[in-house]
Amino acid sequence: MTKIKSLFIALILSLGVSSAFADGHGSTLDLVKERGKLMCGSNTGLAGFGAPNDAGVWEGIDVDVCRAVAAAVFGDANAVEFVPTTSKVRFTVLQSGEIDMLSRNTTWTLQRDVELGLEFVGVNYYDGQGFMVRKDLGVSSATELDGASVCIQVGTTTEMNLADYFKANDMSYEPIPVETNSEADAAYLAGRCDIYTTDASGLYASRAGYPDPSAHMVLPEIISKEPLGPSVRHGDSEWADIVRWSLNAMIIAEEKGITSDNVDEMKNSKDPETLRLLGVSKVGDTGAGYGAWLGLDDDWAYNIIKQVGNYSESFEKHIGVNTPINIARGLNALYKDGGILYAPPFR
Amino acid sequence: MSSSIPFTHNKYYSWCRNNLFSSWINGIITILSIYFIYEVSSFFLNWTIFEADFVNNFRGEKITDRTFCSKNIEPGQHGACWAIIIVRFHQFIYGFYPVEEAWRVNLVYGLLPFALVGIFFDNLPFRKYFIYFTFLFPFIGYFLLYGGAGLDVVGTSKWGGLLVTLFLGVTGILLAFPLSIILALGRRSKMPVIKTICVIFIEFIRGVPLITLLFTANVMLPLFLPEGVRPDNLLRALVAVTLFQSAYMAEAIRGGLQAIPKGQLEAAQSLGLTYWQSTRKIILPQALKISIPPIVNTCIGLFKDTSLVLIIGLFDLLGVGRAAVADIDWAKLHYEVYVFISLVFFIFCFGMSRYSLYLEKKLKTDNS
Repeated sequence: MTKIKSLFIALILSLGVSSAFADGHGSTLDLVKERGKLMCGSNTGLAGFGAPNDAGVWEGIDVDVCRAVAAAVFGDANAVEFVPTTSKVRFTVLQSGEIDMLSRNTTWTLQRDVELGLEFVGVNYYDGQGFMVRKDLGVSSATELDGASVCIQVGTTTEMNLADYFKANDMSYEPIPVETNSEADAAYLAGRCDIYTTDASGLYASRAGYPDPSAHMVLPEIISKEPLGPSVRHGDSEWADIVRWSLNAMIIAEEKGITSDNVDEMKNSKDPETLRLLGVSKVGDTGAGYGAWLGLDDDWAYNIIKQVGNYSESFEKHIGVNTPINIARGLNALYKDGGILYAPPFR
Repeated sequence: MSSSIPFTHNKYYSWCRNNLFSSWINGIITILSIYFIYEVSSFFLNWTIFEADFVNNFRGEKITDRTFCSKNIEPGQHGACWAIIIVRFHQFIYGFYPVEEAWRVNLVYGLLPFALVGIFFDNLPFRKYFIYFTFLFPFIGYFLLYGGAGLDVVGTSKWGGLLVTLFLGVTGILLAFPLSIILALGRRSKMPVIKTICVIFIEFIRGVPLITLLFTANVMLPLFLPEGVRPDNLLRALVAVTLFQSAYMAEAIRGGLQAIPKGQLEAAQSLGLTYWQSTRKIILPQALKISIPPIVNTCIGLFKDTSLVLIIGLFDLLGVGRAAVADIDWAKLHYEVYVFISLVFFIFCFGMSRYSLYLEKKLKTDNS
């Protein structure tokens, strides 16, 4: 059954993709410029990652990647239209050309990258499956969870990861199956299970909404790899480059200490890479800046940093330790600060 | 003995006695029920009104996020925190429609009753002019909402909340109505080609869930269209909703058509009326009258089904509510949001149901 289903989907997608190519696929950058705004697939609402605020403005670290691309292309971080997508339809919406890029906490996997015809351009949040427990349970490590009852969303990869982890550590558990995030919250708060497990970012977001967040803790063990990142369609590498380097520019800016506040002063910096990034130095003696390689203005990265900020600013504003979501940088710190966030050199 | 006589003459007393306390068992059940109703309604009223926060919390502070809600300051002491609805009211009603342009939506909401009143009440003075207005209304409404010719253009992606729900629900029902009559007549036609087309159309649409149609219209259609040809997202959803509704309504109307005795048509024909004359003057008026309950049934169903458009990235009333709950500033205020949304849906669906009762009573001509 699933084989037939995936065959059918593959057929429809390939039909669509081939027809799109047969019509003389214009470059995505030209289409976006012609339209005057970027179409970006976002979440239907996930706190800190992508959700509209009270004024109807979309906010979050995933949303900021879209804004960065818009700033790079148009010099205006608000030239974005957000298309809310559910996890079921997100890839089809991208394939159909309804959106130019997808940025909604999507895990980069082999199947999605290869079989579904997407191109993941990088990682803007390293997530992984974690466990949340009440502090009064007195547990400090996931290895002490033998015999615990676990609230788990059915039919997810987290369900399989959980089984694997407990089996590998020779422990037993009692699964309490739930359908949705809010159901899991309710079951966990009502004490129907000892542990609540899902992606760590989801645990933090859930915890922030609890009546007493400080009574709960996320255990240090992360039992799966969930690199979340923006993606584009296969077949337009120039566009993929623009999205990739928009994200990289935010990371490099943090590395170089360039923020939305000091970006103007940094144009007088002595650091060659900073000067290249901000469009001050030219490529050799050609007189052209580095933006030309991407088909953009030379101040594309300057606009990103000025209007959206560097990676750290975005992170701290939406999900950092001073927000209700309260996520420490952890894996998402720069490589030189003990994390694994690492952007290729800008040269 | 004589003293009890005045009481038995009291009609309320005897009604209660006969209906509520006719036996021991009945009496106990009545008392338990009253107690149950009292408990539930007092809890609900306390929660929704008497102990609830609206703009300010119990300390008199203005509520700007969930931490100001009385029930989060003193857990278990207070009721609902309606501030989430009030602060996000614009989003619930207009979606992302620009605030300074919201008067256009209000104007459309204000004109809507004038457009509908002509169809709804046939003893209205100047009804003819109201009907003219009804036909003009879709164009006026679309112009006002979308803009152009002097008004700023507001793309349909900015529409949301109740606006999208009403746009899809009302327009879908109004457009589907004529289409469904044609389909129902076509299905009963003696001409094989027309009949086959109608049967295939109706059965195909009815055999597919609405969500599949929406998904096809939204995501699959652009795959097969040439680059650049991209009909508006909301209009595509509207087409899917209309087709879906017309198939269901056609079957409701066909039920009405089949209930008309054959003698009616034969009598009409023997008077020398053509097919169209007899259909329009004899068959349809009777058939539509019988079909009112099932038609309204499908309309109510469709109105609620419009909330499925969240799947294809349109923020209807429910979608806006979900986004509000997802916002960390308002997290865990599910009950308030869902109670509010169900109230809005209830008002519209109950209104439709009441109107259909009114119509049935008014059109009741038989002697049975």
